[in-house]
Amino acid sequence: MSLFDKFQPIVEIRAELQKLGIMPFGAVTEKILSSTEAIVNGHKVILAGTNNYLGLTFDPECIAAAKKAVEEQGTGTTGSRMANGTFTEHVKLEQELAAYFNRKHAIVFSTGYAATMGMSSTLTGAGDVIVLDADSHASIYDGVRLGGADVIRFRHNDAADLEKRLRRLGDRVTNTLIIVEGIYSMLGDQAPLADIAEVKRKYGGFLLVDEAHSLGMLGEHGRGVAEAAGVEDDVDFVVGTFSKSLGATGGYCVSSHPELEAIRFAIRSYIFTASPSPSVIASTRVALRLMQERPELRVRLWENAHRLYDGLKQLGFAVSPQVSPVVAVTIKQRDQAISWWNELMKRGAYVNLVMPPASPTTDSLLRCSVSAAHSSEQIDRIIEAFAALQAPADASAPTT
Amino acid sequence: MPDYNEFLTRIFAILKPFAKQGIILNEDSELVTELGLTSLQVMELIEQIEDHFDMSIPLNILPDIRTIHDLALQLEKLTN
Repeated sequence: MSLFDKFQPIVEIRAELQKLGIMPFGAVTEKILSSTEAIVNGHKVILAGTNNYLGLTFDPECIAAAKKAVEEQGTGTTGSRMANGTFTEHVKLEQELAAYFNRKHAIVFSTGYAATMGMSSTLTGAGDVIVLDADSHASIYDGVRLGGADVIRFRHNDAADLEKRLRRLGDRVTNTLIIVEGIYSMLGDQAPLADIAEVKRKYGGFLLVDEAHSLGMLGEHGRGVAEAAGVEDDVDFVVGTFSKSLGATGGYCVSSHPELEAIRFAIRSYIFTASPSPSVIASTRVALRLMQERPELRVRLWENAHRLYDGLKQLGFAVSPQVSPVVAVTIKQRDQAISWWNELMKRGAYVNLVMPPASPTTDSLLRCSVSAAHSSEQIDRIIEAFAALQAPADASAPTT
Repeated sequence: MPDYNEFLTRIFAILKPFAKQGIILNEDSELVTELGLTSLQVMELIEQIEDHFDMSIPLNILPDIRTIHDLALQLEKLTN
């Protein structure tokens, strides 16, 4: 019995893939050409799985702001937000986030993972209850495990099942935090937030929504699923990331509960890590402004989402249940998914390969995400790459 | 409130389809190493028990469960 025995399944999968000459989880981007193109593992590809939803990573204004910040404030803060790592710009970004979300308070974190994990682990403790959607992100599961509260799952996107769980809690519901996501990262399906908010109104408790994959894409102002569903007042805490629509790294939590300012100093993932670098804060602040000034980015994003979704559906692939900027193709056989991922790369489309347990079921996924920066021609080339895949006689996908 | 034996009977009924040929389920049957349940199947088992007894089972009990006996015991504790 060795310390390393538990890693054997990973060792075996890696060896298997190496034998096939395919390394989907260690692909190296050798040269990034734009927000939508790169040279990866020697292939010139369209980036079709980057979560760069608004395509702002190469925006000239964002780049200029980041350059200026590096020159004026250096490459890093080298300190925690609680010690020497809070610069004026961190505070300004928090104020801007609070204003954008119409909330009173905001916290900026170093990563989206730190934000979600930190809030999930800190808001509740022993004796409290967390009721979370079964398909929640790993950062949520990691957080709730650390916090020590009783953790109860409800069936994915099933408000009726959530209601049952809250009913069973009785008086304990006052000490309960409900956690859901806006758009789910793997399949791109949306939470039925109007129904979830109604259940919360009926029974009580607090509601935290992770809008990591929905910021900038839903609602009149792009605030996410809560805004689109008209239930922002029912959401106690919104968490999210700067690493998708805003094209940088970092995370946030916004809330109108005044206690957030005290909670900030209890969140270990906020305290015991260095704060985001000045260049990251600078580009994020500009991206947050651009996202509000350019609603046309959102329009373009959804045009591309529909184009890719419809194209893959017409080809007979088993696509996600709902159109969204995340377009996932479900494939029953893991080996088929690996082989197709490799084929797509050779044909110039770099998508995400997702295998269990990262996928929500026992199936594998070829997960695409579109960007406002993709041209229609690039979307068509992604569809053509999928169309060229040859299914063996017994393949369970594409389906009709 | 259901007791240990009621939980046990229900768990046996739910797990029957998972038992490979020649394996007879008993209280000492190990859910993962013997029956080969995946993490998703363990969650399905939990959901079926929750529905049947109209109860919610916190994930926190899972690290203490290896066998069918462990599961029935933890469920009994939850309801007391």
